[in-house]
Amino acid sequence: MENVTTNILEMQGITKTFPGVKALQNVSLSVKRGHVHAICGENGAGKSTLMKVLSGVYPAGSFDGQIIFEDSKVDFKNINDSEAAGVVIIHQELALSPYLSIAENIFLGNEQQTRGWIDWNKTNLEASKLLARVGLKDNPITKITDIGVGKQQLVEIAKALSKRVKLLILDEPTAALNDEDSAHLLELIKQLQSQGITSIIISHKLNEIKAIADAVTIIRDGRAIETLDMHADEISEERIIKGMVGRELESRYPDHTPTIGEELLRVENWNVFHPIDTTRQIVKNASISVRAGEIVGIAGLMGAGRTELAMSLFGKSYGVKISGKVFKRGVEIDTSTVSKAIQHGIAYATEDRKRYGLNLIDDITRNVSGSALGKLAGLFGFVDDHKEATVAGKYLKSLNIKAPSVDSITGKLSGGNQQKVVLSKWMYADPDVLILDEPTRGIDVGAKYEIYTIINRLADEGKGVIMISSELPELLGVCDRIYTLAEGRITANVPRSQATAEFLMQHMTKERERSTSDNV
Amino acid sequence: MTTSNEVTKPVGEARKILSYLTGQLRQVGLFSALIVIVLFFQITTHGITLRPINVSNLVIQNSYILILAIGMVMVIIAGHIDLSVGSVVAFVGAMAGVMITEWHIAWPIAIVLCLILGALVGAWQGFWIAYFRIPAFIVTLAGMLVFRGAAQIALQNQQISPFPEAFRRLGSGFLPSFGTSGYEPLTLALGVLASIVLIFGSLRQRWARHKYGLESEPLWWFVLKLAFGAFLIIYIAFLLASYNGTPIVLVILGLLIVIYAAVMARSVFGRHVYAIGGNLHAAALSGVKTQRVTFLLFVNMGVISALAGLVFTAQLNLASPSAGSGFELDSIAAVFIGGAAVTGGIGTVTGAIVGGLIIGLLNNGMSILGVGTEYQSLIKGLVLLAAVAFDVYNKRRTGGR
Repeated sequence: MENVTTNILEMQGITKTFPGVKALQNVSLSVKRGHVHAICGENGAGKSTLMKVLSGVYPAGSFDGQIIFEDSKVDFKNINDSEAAGVVIIHQELALSPYLSIAENIFLGNEQQTRGWIDWNKTNLEASKLLARVGLKDNPITKITDIGVGKQQLVEIAKALSKRVKLLILDEPTAALNDEDSAHLLELIKQLQSQGITSIIISHKLNEIKAIADAVTIIRDGRAIETLDMHADEISEERIIKGMVGRELESRYPDHTPTIGEELLRVENWNVFHPIDTTRQIVKNASISVRAGEIVGIAGLMGAGRTELAMSLFGKSYGVKISGKVFKRGVEIDTSTVSKAIQHGIAYATEDRKRYGLNLIDDITRNVSGSALGKLAGLFGFVDDHKEATVAGKYLKSLNIKAPSVDSITGKLSGGNQQKVVLSKWMYADPDVLILDEPTRGIDVGAKYEIYTIINRLADEGKGVIMISSELPELLGVCDRIYTLAEGRITANVPRSQATAEFLMQHMTKERERSTSDNV
Repeated sequence: MTTSNEVTKPVGEARKILSYLTGQLRQVGLFSALIVIVLFFQITTHGITLRPINVSNLVIQNSYILILAIGMVMVIIAGHIDLSVGSVVAFVGAMAGVMITEWHIAWPIAIVLCLILGALVGAWQGFWIAYFRIPAFIVTLAGMLVFRGAAQIALQNQQISPFPEAFRRLGSGFLPSFGTSGYEPLTLALGVLASIVLIFGSLRQRWARHKYGLESEPLWWFVLKLAFGAFLIIYIAFLLASYNGTPIVLVILGLLIVIYAAVMARSVFGRHVYAIGGNLHAAALSGVKTQRVTFLLFVNMGVISALAGLVFTAQLNLASPSAGSGFELDSIAAVFIGGAAVTGGIGTVTGAIVGGLIIGLLNNGMSILGVGTEYQSLIKGLVLLAAVAFDVYNKRRTGGR
């Protein structure tokens, strides 16, 4: 493994554009044969896009630049092409069919057959050989649903091995795993390395990167910032964090002087477990609070439990075995259903507005009135639809929603305007506390500024705003106080004046500093 | 730029009208199809289709499908389906027969009991669908078998007949007639009244929109639609007046249409039904009590099925264990021809009624022409497919994904 002189992979000058966004700009990446090469960066920096370019998910021609794999230029048109060459990607969301057996999954699309019929003996025999290589002792005829996520991850790797993988790409492989499974997986990656398999691993977990990576490439805002040799000199986690967040705060945020009043909402010792894997704790003993006129940020990496915390608070919309107390102005309240939460003046604007926020086949009017129809209803529960349209018209103007009329179907609006419709809906419900989950995701810069202005206006009206975001500059630019969340635990609570991107990132990546007494 | 604009002004105007009409293609298409079908049969049957007696029969013989279509469209808008309505019709009809002829319960009380029975049937199915979260397809498929069986048990596989005269009027009776010959005045008066209500209601609506400064549909289109609607009502009133007068089921049906159209378009409950069908998750996260709405929808469907069962039994003067078979399919077809979406969130009560009328007209016209039942079924199937294909094509054309 030490005689690594040649590069197995060279990606040169990769530029990938989506409508309106440059996801990757002139990115180059060299990976040495037999290395474990880590890729780091904030959410949305472009890591996954780069891997999709490499694995043919985005076919050759849909991006600029070239890929040289094993000393020859390659043009992968789809995943089959890249897999035939020995490049296999394992996505964050596992791509296994739950009701098929381990063996069937391993050879899915690559069935072991004789004369057009599946040879089950061969299938199961080959599968058990592959399972042995990844350290799994399970029977290959076991169904996928009957094994845990950690083992499923290993089955994915076995599937990759069946394709004679030379370069294995793992996208956040340990994000969904517990400590033991994570350690096992990292061990396996090292083992594969000794068998000559090169790996690219995308991870947020800096301690893991330190433990197994030979080199790290840092990506920020669609550019490759630097590549660090993990052996050359002792690279600290701080060094990597500096590369990840080293971006200047631009004046992309409206000025705002907060007038902060009494405490509106306080959450104490909040615990949430995963709805399916009920042993996995997603939110651990979290306590947060927000005061009138205050904008509070929650920073956390993907999988830290931000959305889960918010949705479990909002009518137990996520998770099981939820425990903890919620206080509104010092009085304990019951938020166990969405309508109770709304009655107590809590609103939650989702991060996934298409799935959870809007009725995309209906018009702006009916989406805006959606959570407060009662306010428009008169005798016998009939809605005053003229007044309703006037309300929608008011928001169309005051939030500057760009649409031909209030009768426009929301599915046809741009992301920014859809987000404004979602905000209108909750503003009309007139809550005291608004939880905004990634309010600017997928929105262009101009519209972002408008959203920030709206958020400031809401705070000035005396509402408490909790804003969840993946973008540290945004949190630093908008919030008065910021919590950091790491693996479901609140790890810091700082006023804006004391917060820096480095400080936040440090506390967001802090998860592994846990003692053994931590096993709740 | 300006010159070319001036030159093309009349063309542009025509194009604007055309583009407005294509925007309303679904509505326009549905009514056009209805008119085309009426004209087609009017010509091929040599005028029998629009004869007063045939129109009267058309209303009476399709009433129960139209009643069922009202409940069905609500269920389908919410993204569910109900396969059990035909069996519920049989079950309720059977119980009506048992109550009236065996238990000697007065028929008005029996009617109330039957409607309550329908509500209980709906509550039973709604419980499994809304709170136990079994797909409606499965629950109502089970219901289809269960209530067919229940009907057979209640009747001990016999038929019950006859029913009291007063009860039968519910299905085949007419409002009392005044005057002995020529046009029956009460029916004419009702027709005029209905069209006046329609015109005033529409004007009030338009005026209110104006008052709130909201955009309304173009005036010519508004007038055209209103004139068409008023003409249709008065024309049908004339036809009915020259035969036996107003069928009682037409009054029931008219009330149901007005009430449920308003509920679906303007009540909080109706809005919640559309919200659930359009995006269940978003509705739940907006505070809509999705389970309760679903439950109530099925209770409502049960009551409507019971009403259809009573009307059908009264009309045939017979409670039979095999009554109502295939009603579920006719009413579902009516809803989809009427423009509802399988995925939920889209559909209207009026659309479902027009869809039901189209099916009724096809049945009626083909029977007059002597088309065999095998061909009737084949043609109805093709019409359903064509209507939905038109919908899908229309959606793709306007760029919906």
